[in-house]
Amino acid sequence: MALVICALVAITGLAMAVAGHQDPLAAQGYVVLLFALAVGLVVINGYFAPAPDEERLRHYYDDPIKVGIILSMIWAVFGMFIGDWVAWLLAYPELTFDAAWASFGRLRPVHTTGVIFGFGGNALIATSYHVMQRTCRARMPGQLSAWFVLLGYNLFCLVAVSGYFIGITQSKEYAEPEWYADIWLVIVWVTYLVLYMRTLARRQEPHIYVANWYFLAFILVVAMLHIVNNLAVPVSLGSAKSYSAFSGVQDAMTQWWYGHNAVAFFLTAGFLGMMYYYLPKRAGRPIFSYRLSIISFWGITFFYMWAGSHHLHYTALPYWVQTLGMGFSIMLLVPSWASAGNALLTLNGAWHKVRDDATLRFMMVAAVFYGLSTFEGSFLAIRPVNALSHYTDWTIGHVHAGALGWVALITFGSIYALVPILWKRERMYSPVLVEVHFWLALAGSLIYVFAMWNSGIIQGLMWRTYNDSGTLAYSFVDSVVAMHPYYIARAFGGLLFLLGAIVGCYNIWKTIRQPSDEAVVLAGDHPADAVAEPAE
Amino acid sequence: MAVEERDHHSGYLTTGHDWNGITELNRPVPKVIWLFLLVTFLSALILWILLPAWPLGTTFTRGLLGIDERAAIAENLADAAAARADWADRVAALSFEEIDADPALSRAAVETGRTLFGDNCAMCHGSAGLGGPGFPSLADRAWLWGGDRDAILETLRVGINSGHPDSRSSQMLAFGRDGILDRRSLLDVAAFVQSLSDPAVAQGAEADAVTAGAAVFAENCASCHGDAGKGGLEFGAPDLTDGFWIYGGDRQSIVTTLQQGRMGVMPAWEGRLSETDRGILAYYVHHLGSGAK
Repeated sequence: MALVICALVAITGLAMAVAGHQDPLAAQGYVVLLFALAVGLVVINGYFAPAPDEERLRHYYDDPIKVGIILSMIWAVFGMFIGDWVAWLLAYPELTFDAAWASFGRLRPVHTTGVIFGFGGNALIATSYHVMQRTCRARMPGQLSAWFVLLGYNLFCLVAVSGYFIGITQSKEYAEPEWYADIWLVIVWVTYLVLYMRTLARRQEPHIYVANWYFLAFILVVAMLHIVNNLAVPVSLGSAKSYSAFSGVQDAMTQWWYGHNAVAFFLTAGFLGMMYYYLPKRAGRPIFSYRLSIISFWGITFFYMWAGSHHLHYTALPYWVQTLGMGFSIMLLVPSWASAGNALLTLNGAWHKVRDDATLRFMMVAAVFYGLSTFEGSFLAIRPVNALSHYTDWTIGHVHAGALGWVALITFGSIYALVPILWKRERMYSPVLVEVHFWLALAGSLIYVFAMWNSGIIQGLMWRTYNDSGTLAYSFVDSVVAMHPYYIARAFGGLLFLLGAIVGCYNIWKTIRQPSDEAVVLAGDHPADAVAEPAE
Repeated sequence: MAVEERDHHSGYLTTGHDWNGITELNRPVPKVIWLFLLVTFLSALILWILLPAWPLGTTFTRGLLGIDERAAIAENLADAAAARADWADRVAALSFEEIDADPALSRAAVETGRTLFGDNCAMCHGSAGLGGPGFPSLADRAWLWGGDRDAILETLRVGINSGHPDSRSSQMLAFGRDGILDRRSLLDVAAFVQSLSDPAVAQGAEADAVTAGAAVFAENCASCHGDAGKGGLEFGAPDLTDGFWIYGGDRQSIVTTLQQGRMGVMPAWEGRLSETDRGILAYYVHHLGSGAK
């Protein structure tokens, strides 16, 4: 079955290469073809392995999780490297080396796709596989679909990123991949949804744990957003180019309905799922309040949907749509804070662990950053505030407070908690290196965010300062010159963050290379239906 | 399965569920959360009542304040224009000398001219108007099309080789590439052109080349650049004797210019900047150049 899928994907790749032989599509076809052949080879290699015994069904299926974690860290280093390059590029424009593929417009989506979808997405898939099996006390049904989702998703990321370098984009922020990549992601994503639902259906617990609500919301809503925002008509089946089904202000509104909820459901809901499992698990404390979990979950899922128009304040979007989105953005604040509070208060009784354990501290600081950036988000959504902040680096600072401080820190914390469990080690190879990573990441985030706050507010003020004669006091170029020192500081902060991720990779690598310690197999870390029916 | 347990740290019971070792406390939602929910919900509600907010089929709720942003922005723009009209219109109407004579007016024109220049001209001519390779400096004494008020205003209005119907047009032929001059004559005339601003070239080893070049110049170049190489404002032909260069004054640059010709472009600003703004810019450009007088 796996071979058939590989063959089908390879044929699709070949067809893309042939159909688009005078188009950038051909290069994309070769990427697909090579990827499918490589996976096919691995599958064929495994064909001669002895047939697995029934014993395996008594355990959770963790192999794709391991691969997902490793892929996630590889994407993290790649995406953050490109990000830091772009940051230096903004301070020193000659770093584009006069090469088209290295221009800002192409590197920037490589960075965002690399970190959001490559790093974040792989981490979400891997941890969701882990969390859904554990909290359902059920092995996932079958093995094929888990691998299909993980590898298919990475193929999507690879096609997207390689496309940006050769200039393929549909110019929608965070939805840059063209129609063929989008269709492929839909197939992968629906499989993911089915896999998740089927595992939930097999659960041996009467109730579904909070983390699963969030993961399910993440999968379901991302599918909806992705499909609607990417509705487009390709120029031809042999062309990489397509035209969106929307135009003008409808296009802008659809894009930011997508963009804002990508932040909400990809970068928030999924990672809240992560937090709701690994944080209480690591702290060894019960969740502060079950009822608070309910309020914040439904608050977040309902209100986020309406808030997208605050990205289009003071644009051609009708005024009433802007005020509507602004109202919902304000209402969104309390459910968001309730989640952050629920996490932090869960640590009551375990603060000594936060002090001693950098892994738990990663998650604690992540929750603090989550609280800060959601407050900032609601604040920036207020129109008069937005009048100052819009189009400035303040927005970049806000996004990175969330992306570095919240998303990346909760992911690193979860990975450090997960790696020893997966590879059956007593602990990470070096707790000191976890500590080093923590401080590098925290320092990097703070330098980044403070630099962007300063530069953003200065930009905003320079653009609105009038002189005595009643005209604007500064030209745009003046504000660009004023940004220079902050851009250097930002790039330095990003460098620290990147170094931290590299330290993390080394630590994980050494942990995996340590001899396995079978004695560490956690008691009770197996499905409840240990003698259940064999998976198909 | 569901067995509530008491958490000793907080004193609350758990909900009785256990997910892989994780439990939850059955604690009521803190009052402060309800309070803040109420505050934010009321804020949003008030906002929606006061401002346009909810769609009603083909129209929308107008809001009690009756704010119309389109009218507000039009009013703001009119106010801003009125606020600067008193001095800006005078700058556009008066001669440079008259503006120079009024220090307050001159300062206002220069202040505003600097930002206008920064946003519209600096990408070619540089923030300080010093130009760069291919783009003339506006801060020196050399003018291609004239440095008086009417000439600057006209250049701003129609541009150079811009496609505007009244555009100023100017082209230096590609004497080398198009075979108008042979290699020898081209090198000779390059030596002569350099000698116009650098008399040392005419002495010594190249004296013969300069002499031969003078004859080539008189036949091919003088029609635009003038017999003495002083340039001509009617063709936008640069003065070759003044030591200011647009495309470089070293021998290699001069040869390149002769070989492939030149045809610089400046956009037309009529239709992009108002007459008042062009008047302010003209004064600012004149002001940049006056430092060099």
